[in-house]
Amino acid sequence: MSDTPKTPQTQPRFSATFDPYTLSEIRRAAATGIYDIRGAGAKRKLPHFDDLLFLGASVSRYPLEGYREKCGTDVVLGTRFAKKPIHLKTPVTIAGMSFGALSGPAKEALGRGASAVGTSTTTGDGGMTPEERGQSSILVYQYLPSRYGMNPDDLRKADAIEVVIGQGAKPGGGGMLLGQKISDRVAKMRCLPKGVDQRSACRHPDWTGPDDLEIKIAELREITDWEKPIYVKVGATRPYFDVTLAVKAGADVVVLDGMQGGTAATQEVFIEHVGIPTLAAIRPAVQALQDMGMHRKVQLIVSGGIRNGADVAKALALGADAVAIGTAALVALGDNDPRLESEYQALGTTAGAYDDWHEGKDPAGITTQDPELMKRLDPVKAGRRLANYLAVMTMEAQVIARACGKSHLHNLEPEDLVALTVESAAMAKVPLAGTSWIPGQVQY
Amino acid sequence: MESLKFDLAATPLREVNQYLHSPASELNGKHVVIDNPNGAHNIAVGLKSDVKVTIDGHAGYYAAGMNQLASVVVTGSAGTGVAENMMSGVVHVKGFASNAAGATAQGGLLIIDGDAGLRCGISLKGADIVVGGSVGSFSAFMAQAGNLVVLGDAGEALGDSLYEARLFVRGEVKSLGADCEEKPMDDEARQILVDLLAKSGHADVSPDSFKLFGSARTLYNFHVDNAGAY
Amino acid sequence: MCGIVGLLVKNPSMRANIGELMMPMLIGMTERGPDSAGMAVFTAPVAGNELKYSLYAPTMDFNWQGLAHDFDAHLGSKVSLSTKGNHAILISHLETPTIKTWIKEHYPQIHMLSVGQSIDVYKDTGLPADVAARYDLPHVSGTHLVGHTRMATESAITPAHAHPFTAGRDWCLVHNGSLSNANSLRRKLQHEGIDFETDNDTEAACRFLEWRMREGDDLKTALEHGFDELDGFYTLLMGTKDQLALIRDPFACKPAVVAEHDDYVAIASEFRSLAHLPDVKNAHVFEPSPKEMYVWKV
Repeated sequence: MSDTPKTPQTQPRFSATFDPYTLSEIRRAAATGIYDIRGAGAKRKLPHFDDLLFLGASVSRYPLEGYREKCGTDVVLGTRFAKKPIHLKTPVTIAGMSFGALSGPAKEALGRGASAVGTSTTTGDGGMTPEERGQSSILVYQYLPSRYGMNPDDLRKADAIEVVIGQGAKPGGGGMLLGQKISDRVAKMRCLPKGVDQRSACRHPDWTGPDDLEIKIAELREITDWEKPIYVKVGATRPYFDVTLAVKAGADVVVLDGMQGGTAATQEVFIEHVGIPTLAAIRPAVQALQDMGMHRKVQLIVSGGIRNGADVAKALALGADAVAIGTAALVALGDNDPRLESEYQALGTTAGAYDDWHEGKDPAGITTQDPELMKRLDPVKAGRRLANYLAVMTMEAQVIARACGKSHLHNLEPEDLVALTVESAAMAKVPLAGTSWIPGQVQY
Repeated sequence: MESLKFDLAATPLREVNQYLHSPASELNGKHVVIDNPNGAHNIAVGLKSDVKVTIDGHAGYYAAGMNQLASVVVTGSAGTGVAENMMSGVVHVKGFASNAAGATAQGGLLIIDGDAGLRCGISLKGADIVVGGSVGSFSAFMAQAGNLVVLGDAGEALGDSLYEARLFVRGEVKSLGADCEEKPMDDEARQILVDLLAKSGHADVSPDSFKLFGSARTLYNFHVDNAGAY
Repeated sequence: MCGIVGLLVKNPSMRANIGELMMPMLIGMTERGPDSAGMAVFTAPVAGNELKYSLYAPTMDFNWQGLAHDFDAHLGSKVSLSTKGNHAILISHLETPTIKTWIKEHYPQIHMLSVGQSIDVYKDTGLPADVAARYDLPHVSGTHLVGHTRMATESAITPAHAHPFTAGRDWCLVHNGSLSNANSLRRKLQHEGIDFETDNDTEAACRFLEWRMREGDDLKTALEHGFDELDGFYTLLMGTKDQLALIRDPFACKPAVVAEHDDYVAIASEFRSLAHLPDVKNAHVFEPSPKEMYVWKV
């Protein structure tokens, strides 16, 4: 019997289609009967800024001396119609995140950090809190479909108004804040009973389409005596048309959010399957502005997956005037910190992957309304961390710009970039590195 | 009462609205008449003082939008979103009102003598709306708080995904939206109705002729067996 | 997204002034549609054996007399041609296919905007005031008129993409809104052998309704089929030889207001296009209900 040769066994093999993640999701759906809701943006691998590289100066061009020769970073937003445009010292702004999704101390920390470096923060669904208005020297007030906490006094207190039509995580969708996070204070601000699921509308209640939007923007201008810049925020899907129409409707600034842009709570299927990557959205948006002769006259803010100064420089080189960060700002405050690993483990996840922001159990005290958890975040220290991070991003972008011979970040241009992959070359409309080939573009 | 007239055919809207945003000390107690509105949009928006405004004719979109404290009368019809997000005060439309009348309004009273279009009182957040005529489909969609009184009929899907708003309808309701149901008229609701009828010039109308509708509250927390209602 | 306007004159003495009354209606919708504008005017019909064709040339100095001369020479038939810049109305008793084929072959740059006994169509890119002046709208006369101002959403800004769209004879349609299934509808109709000139969603609705009517539906039945097949948001205003018809989708997201007076019926996206009409204070002004068909006859 010992002579019988042993049959070699093939290794257990997981299906690439039915991979372990997919299997777990099928089991979860079958057990609960509800789609997976989570926070954050698209987690799948997407063509992104990492696939682009800068062409630093060498012999044909001359770089600027680091730290000595000036490289400007400021940007003015809202120069088209507003009597009082916004002046930012750095082109990195904080994206809209609601009080409700975030705790009061987290909103305060965002305000502290942004103000320290001379940039803006943005409110979110649920209205303006005194914590945020008090700490943010420049505050953008979001005007959303749900109009939760919408108050004309706050509109007048804001430095700019952002009409939100969509966001990159869920273009065409509304929101869902599950009952666990509807505390007394959140319920009061939103005129809702405590503890119920809060459904946010996907369309504005009193206008549909760009012809109506024009009238709505005029209303907001009339109410605020034409002082404040009016932004229009869209999720990236058909950026050429959407940017064109936002400009026609009278926007001062267009905010374009790619599919990596975060959300507090949305269906996973929405986050991962609707919208286009940030990298693919910028060039059509810039093209729309250029075709109307409005590039740099109507400013473009790009968001969705911005992480460092290289991303900032690349977005600006592709034609954006500024960028906005959300997820990265939360991480700077202390979200998903490995020092809380044991607590993430207890929630069935691990530091870096925690995205159940809607459940309100955030051990970092950021995406929660639990009074005990909230206390964990020191808004002064967290604000300082955010300020440090914003300063680093700005300096990183300057390092790159100086290397390309630019005395201002805004002088970066697409011709300073090359692509590492065919996909990113086609999306960013820059040549594949070492070639003059831009896929999809006719060369004469 | 000190009275002042603007002719929109001669004065730009921006000037009129800026005047209406003057400090309360200047405006309180004044009566401002706006002639020749001719369907212009955004008339008398963002008011924040105890001023009386008469828009003499038809108004376009968002008349008296986001009103605070002021009392605004439209003698003709009003376009989309009249008194949208009103906080306080009174807005009175003597003709009909288009879609989304009183959308998201948080306080104050909106009176419409004629019919109101679709989505009347959509996302209502605490204001009172009294419609002398009928309201169109999807009225009080996702209404959170406040009261909608309809002396005529209501269209399809009344009160869909309703939260805690009260809907009083005297005529026929074409259909109720998801999670909206008829409720017994308790004393508190009846008193609210009586007061609103009196305030809106319908003191002669009997509250007994109304039915009350409210939230069945089955959609307050998600359950898969209700998925069809979303 | 757009502005729509329509005017039907009941009082015969006002028919000579219909263009003058329409001018401020069209200009009133400029903010809703600054990209292009157009109108269909329904006039007294031409003789029973004749049809008229609205033609559009890409240049203002197009040599229409040359075209008329060639037409006579090639087809052996005297043609009547009245011109306004890059626009002409050609009247002929020849068969429509003959004329279409001849134009396609000899003047491929000419675009045929409409065919019928009553309808004249004018449309072009530019601000409504400029387009109206280009075609001398104030001096146009007729029984009823359909107008449109366009804010392009996803398709190009060209004269061909401007509204009104026409199909068949003496029939036109203008649209405010956006259809979400126009591409499938277009493919379905193309399979039925129907040709398209643009990728505009409105053209799909126009050709769909005309196709239904050619299949035997009356306008009402065709529109009922439309409610089943057209997805998205729309307010549609249609003109036929002797009537105007209006419908709004069940959600009525796009606005419309009507003023009915003893002398006229006027329709517009917003009241500000109606404010100047004579004695409008005594008109019955109302908002049309969704999913209901309104028809006014001359």
